[in-house]
Formats: sequence, structure tokens, C-alpha cells
Amino acid sequence: MVVFQGEEFAIGNAFLRQLIASGLDLAPVLAVIVVFQLGVVRQPLPDLLDLLAGVGLTVLGLTFFVLGLEQALFPLGESMAYAFARKGSLTWLLLFAFCLGFATTVAEPALIAVADQAAVVAADGGMVAADPRAQARYALGLRLTVALAVGVALVIGVLRIVRGWPLHRLMILGYLAVMAVTWFAPVEIIGIAYDSGGVTTSTITVPLVTALGVGLAHSIRGRNPLVDGFGLIAFASLTPMVFVMIYGMLMR
Amino acid sequence: MNVWADLIAAVRDVFPIAATILLFQVGVIRRPLPHPGRLLRGLLLVVAGMMLFLKGLELALFPLGEMMAAQLTGPRFIPEGARPGDYRWVYLFAFSLGFATTLAEPALIAVALKAREISGGAIHDWGLRLAVSLGVALGITLGTYRIVTGASLVVFIVGGYVLVVLQTALAPRMIVGLAYDSGGVTTSTVTVPLVTALGLGLARSVPGRDVLVDGFGLIAFASLFPIMTVLGYAQLAETLARLRGK
Repeated sequence: MVVFQGEEFAIGNAFLRQLIASGLDLAPVLAVIVVFQLGVVRQPLPDLLDLLAGVGLTVLGLTFFVLGLEQALFPLGESMAYAFARKGSLTWLLLFAFCLGFATTVAEPALIAVADQAAVVAADGGMVAADPRAQARYALGLRLTVALAVGVALVIGVLRIVRGWPLHRLMILGYLAVMAVTWFAPVEIIGIAYDSGGVTTSTITVPLVTALGVGLAHSIRGRNPLVDGFGLIAFASLTPMVFVMIYGMLMR
Repeated sequence: MNVWADLIAAVRDVFPIAATILLFQVGVIRRPLPHPGRLLRGLLLVVAGMMLFLKGLELALFPLGEMMAAQLTGPRFIPEGARPGDYRWVYLFAFSLGFATTLAEPALIAVALKAREISGGAIHDWGLRLAVSLGVALGITLGTYRIVTGASLVVFIVGGYVLVVLQTALAPRMIVGLAYDSGGVTTSTVTVPLVTALGLGLARSVPGRDVLVDGFGLIAFASLFPIMTVLGYAQLAETLARLRGK
């Protein structure tokens, strides 16, 4: 298709740029795998066609996903994050922070993929029933638990910025909570619980949450964006560990 | 039909964030929606992108991760009755994967530039990127070692926390928030599924490991270690600056 003018042209351009960006995102992964496959394993890749199709779908999917986010959600979400940070009541700000954390986590593709894997592994290990419905329920429960945890983390994190509590004290409290809950959690849930913290904060969550944090730190007098603006993500990677372990305890 | 189920799931997953933004924009901020047509088109792209991406993961990244784990632990590399030290190709693969993906991670590049800007040049963007990449690489490598040996995940992670808390007490306060965030930022949408598959594949291949107990944890390592290396980098940069100033 040939597009000549105006908005269509701009979109065509953005599509190409994002396609290249997504390709570059995947390139180091593929480079390492190809180097090892040819240099160390010294065998051709099996099912090469399937793999190539999968890589193509991954790149294309990531491109559409990010393009859509940039067109629809990011400009609006970021301007709203700034608007709520600048003025308005604390109640609305906290409610917005919770919804933002919860909703972005539910839409995080990496978490969807990992939760499905966790469900398969849990079914293999006899932790949940082996039928697909039980697995889907377990995966969804896992994701909603993580989303709830991120929502709560943002509420606490925003309160921290507003009140000026030091970040490291909050983090140390979080670490202590992780250790305490680990003590009681079933051993089968600990691995996925510890991983869930790192999984949650990706494509959608990071830009929107960073906008909220930096916007808040800019709009409150005496706050330094470097000291206070960062740190929301950190706390949002900590609470899912605690919440998922509690989910594991309730499952048992 | 499979595609319909995927479509319904994707719409369901995107719905909360769309609803949040619409409700707060119209209901609380009370401003009309700018460009509703563009908004709808964007949401459709997000849904389509999510479906394609998840399908691609299933076809390519998950099998690749498990396959590499299976190959590098196969009989050609690991003899019968091997010790943890014999898995050096696995460790090298884990290190390369962590280092390469993190160094090229766009989210990290953006954060590093922002950090340089806000810190007025005190934090060097390349120094930060190298510190984070080294942290992720070391983290995933140690994580694979843990899976091979079957040691307790809790001991490693809790030990890491203690170290981070000690480092926090010593590090310049300016860097603390950034260092903590660097752990979460680095593990991208592409890296996470592959690294997860690597861990699960490794736990399936190494004799005597339980996938449920030993297979996860690599992402936790990859999120924790950059905090240490970034705090260490800040400490080093500060010390060097002080020495130079004398």
C-alpha cells in the first residue's frame, strides 16, 4: 500500500520505526542463541520454520502493541498522571494510582505468558488439577494477585512521595515482609512469587508509573525527581512477592 | 475456535486499563476525550499486538529457551555423574544472554539518559548501563548455578537483600531510588519469557531437580543483582571523584 500524505504517512513512518525498534529488541536474544547454536552446539536449529514464524509474530505483535499504546494510552495516561499529581484531592490521586497499577499489570504480556507457564508447571507438579480450566483459573488468580499487589504498592509509593518518607526505609520494611512471609509460604510457590516481582514491571507499567512518580516529585515543593521520582517501580516489584506467597498459602 | 478464545482473552486483558483511563478522564478530570477515533484505533492495535505477541512467544521464545537448556545439558556436554562445575556452557550462555539483552534494552537506555540529565552528569549513562548489564548477567548466571546445584532460592535472595541493605547505608542517597528501580526496569517483555523458559528447561534436564521448586527464580536474581552493581557503581564513582578532587 502506498500512502502519501498527512496522518496516514505519519502512521506508516511510525510503524516502520517501531518495527525496527522491536526487531532490535529481539536481536540480542537471537544473536546469543545463534552464536551458541552454531559455535558451541554446532547443529542446525530444529523446526526452523516454526521458530522463524514465531519470531516474526513476536516482532509484529510487539510493534502493534507498542504503536497502539503510544497512540491511545500513553499520551492520555501520562497527561492524566501529571494532572492528578499536580492538583486535586489526595483521595482521587490514590484511587487513580491503585487503578493504574492494577490495570497496567493485568495487560502486561510478559506476566500473561509467565503465569500460563506457572500453571502448566503447577499442574505437572500436582499442585492444581491437570485440566485446562483449573490451569486457566490458577493463572488468572496469579495475575490478579500480582495486579492487586502492584495497585497497593503504588498507593503506598504515592503516599511516600507526598509525605516525604525515605525510600530505603520503605524498601527495608518490604524486604522484612518478604522474609517473614517466606517463612510460612509453601515451598512450591516461592520461586514463582520471587519471580513475579521482576515480571510485572515491563512494557505498559514502567512508562505510566514513572510518569506518575516523576510528575509527583516535580509538583511537590522540595522534592527531587531523582531521589523521589524513581522508586515507585522498585516498591511495585516487591509487594507482588508477598502477595503471591499469601496466594499460595490460601491455595493450599 | 482458538483464535476467538485468544481474542476474547486479549480484549479482557486490555479492558481494565482502557476503562481506567476513560473513566478518570471523563468522570474525574472532566475533560472530553481527545481524538476518540485515534484512541479506538490504538486500542485495537494493542489487542491485535497482544494476540500476535503471545502466539509468537509460544512458537519461538519459549521453545528456544527450553531447547537451549536441553541442548547444553545434553550428553554431549554433560557426562554421566557430572558436578555443578561441568555446566560451564550453561553459565556462559546465561551470562551472555543477560549481558547482551540488558545492554540493548531500550527502557534502560531511556532511564540512563534521564538519570544523566537529572543528576547533572554525575551519573554517566554508559556507566549505568554497564553496571546494570553486568548485574543482570551475574544474577542469571548465579541463578542457573543455583538450579544446577539445587540450593535454596531463599538463602540466595535473602542474602542478597542483606547485602543491598548494607550497600544502601553506604551509597550516596541520590542514587538509591534509581538503583532500586533498575532491577525492575531491566527485565523486558522479550527477555522474561526466554529466561523463564531457560530456568524451567534447566530444572527439567538436570537430574534430581523438581521443576516446581527449582525451575523459577532466575528473574528474581536478574532483578536483585543490578541493584547491587548500580549501588556499587555509585560508590565507585563517588570515591573516584573524591580522589580526583584531592
